[in-house]
Amino acid sequence: MKAAPFEYSRPADIDEACALLAADESARVVAGGQTLVAMMAMRLARPTRLIDINRIAALSYIRTEGDDVKIGATARQCVAERDALIAKSAPLLARAIPNIGHAATRARGTVGGSLANADPAAELVLCAITLDAVIEYRADGESGEIPAREFYIGPMITTLPAGAVLSGVRFPIWRGKVGVGFHEVNARRSDFAFVSAAAQVELGDDGKAKRIAIGVGAATDFPLRLDSAEAQLSGTALDEKTVRDALRAALADVETLEDLHASADYRRRVAVDLAARALADARNAAQGKPHAH
Amino acid sequence: MRETLRKENRMRIELDINGSKREIEVEPRTTLLDCLRDTLGLTGAHAGCEHGVCGACTVLFDGVAVRSCLMFAVQAQGSAITTIEGVTPGPGELSPVQDAFCETHGMQCGFCTPAMILTAHALLADNPNPTREQIVEAISGNICRCTGYAQIVEAIALAAERLRGANRPKDARP
Ligand code: FES
Ligand code: FES
Repeated sequence: MKAAPFEYSRPADIDEACALLAADESARVVAGGQTLVAMMAMRLARPTRLIDINRIAALSYIRTEGDDVKIGATARQCVAERDALIAKSAPLLARAIPNIGHAATRARGTVGGSLANADPAAELVLCAITLDAVIEYRADGESGEIPAREFYIGPMITTLPAGAVLSGVRFPIWRGKVGVGFHEVNARRSDFAFVSAAAQVELGDDGKAKRIAIGVGAATDFPLRLDSAEAQLSGTALDEKTVRDALRAALADVETLEDLHASADYRRRVAVDLAARALADARNAAQGKPHAH
Repeated sequence: MRETLRKENRMRIELDINGSKREIEVEPRTTLLDCLRDTLGLTGAHAGCEHGVCGACTVLFDGVAVRSCLMFAVQAQGSAITTIEGVTPGPGELSPVQDAFCETHGMQCGFCTPAMILTAHALLADNPNPTREQIVEAISGNICRCTGYAQIVEAIALAAERLRGANRPKDARP
C-alpha cells in the first residue's frame, strides 16, 4: 500500500500546470486526491509526476455570473456543501453533496476532481448531467468548454482533451418555483451508490411542471438523463402514477450494470423508485416555497 | 539506481506539528500518515487500510479532520497538523473528549480511538451541541470493529455536554 516513486510539482497557475502536463504524458493532475491517492497506494495508478493544483487560489471560486453558478476546479466539496450561494442558486448540488464520501473526504475532495474522475456513481457527475452543466478547461494557453452531456462517455472516461486541465464548471440557474430531489441507495451510508437519482422541477402558476430534469446515476457506465420521461411529464401535475409509468418506460430498454452488489434488474427497479421519490421531493419543494429570485 | 533516484528526489518541507515547527525531508510518495508515524514518531495516527476506507489515520489538518493516508506529506507544506498526541492539555492529562471516552468505555482495542477522538474534536469545535444524528454522521467515516459504536456516540455526547457546561467552547479545539 505504498505509492510508486514520482516527481512532485506545485505549479503557481493553471497554464503552468498545463505545460507540466504537456511535457510528460504519464503525469497526472492531483486536486483533492481522494480517489487518485488511493489508486496510487494500490498501484492502480503510477504517474511519473504529480501536478498538484490544490494551491492555485484562482481555481477555488464559487460565484454567480449571469445565469450560471460557476465553481472552480479546486473548490472543496465541504465548502460547496455549506455555501449560501449554491444553496440558493444550485440547490440540487446542496442536496447531493452531503452524500459524497464522508466528511473527512469532502474536507479534501474537490468539485473539479470528482467531475474529472468520472466515476459512474459520482453524485457531482449526476448533477452535472442532470442540470446540463458545462465543463471548462485550459489547454495550451487557451480556454475550452464541453457540455457535461458530451463530456462523459464511459466509466472514468471523459472527452477532456489530452494535456488539458479541468478549470471549473458552470451550472445554469433555474428561476421561478424550483424544487429539487436527490436519493441514493448504498450498503452503508456514504459508500458508493448502487443507484442514485436526481430531479429538478420548475412549476408554473397552474401548478404543472413547466421545466423538468431527471437523471439516474451508478446504474450505467455514466449517469443517464431520462429525456423521454422529461418530455412526457412536462406540462403534467406530476402525479405518482403518471410519473412511475413515464420512468418505467424510460428505463425499460436501458442496459443497467450488474455486479456483486446489485443485479441489472435490481438497478432498473430501484432507479424507477428513486427517480420517482426525487421527483416527488422536487415537486413538493417547488410547491412549498417559491425559489428566491 | 533506484536508491539514488529516491535520495535526489527528497523534498524539504516545514510542518507545524501539534504546535511546534518541524523541518523534515521526505520523498514525494511518502503519505502524510507515513511521515507522521515513521519520520516524526507520532504513532498515534494509525495505519489501517492505507487507501482511504477505514478512517483510522484521521488527523486534523488546519483544524479539519482529514484522512492522512490520502495525501502526500509534501502537500501539507506549511500546514498545521494535530495528532492525538497533541490534544492533551498537558503531560499525564486527558482532553475532555478523551476523558469521556474512558468514562463511557468508548474504546476496546483502541485501534480506531485516536481517529474517533480527533473526529470528535473537529465536530465539537464546529458544532458544540450536536444531535445524536449529527454525531453518528460525523463518525460515519470511521470504522470500529469492537465497540458497536454506541459507547462512542455516548462519549462524544458526554464530552459535548461537559464542554458546554465549562462554557469554554474553544477548548474543543486542541
Ligand atoms: S488508513 Fe487511512 S483511511 Fe484507512
Ligand atoms: S475499539 Fe477496536 S476498533 Fe474501535
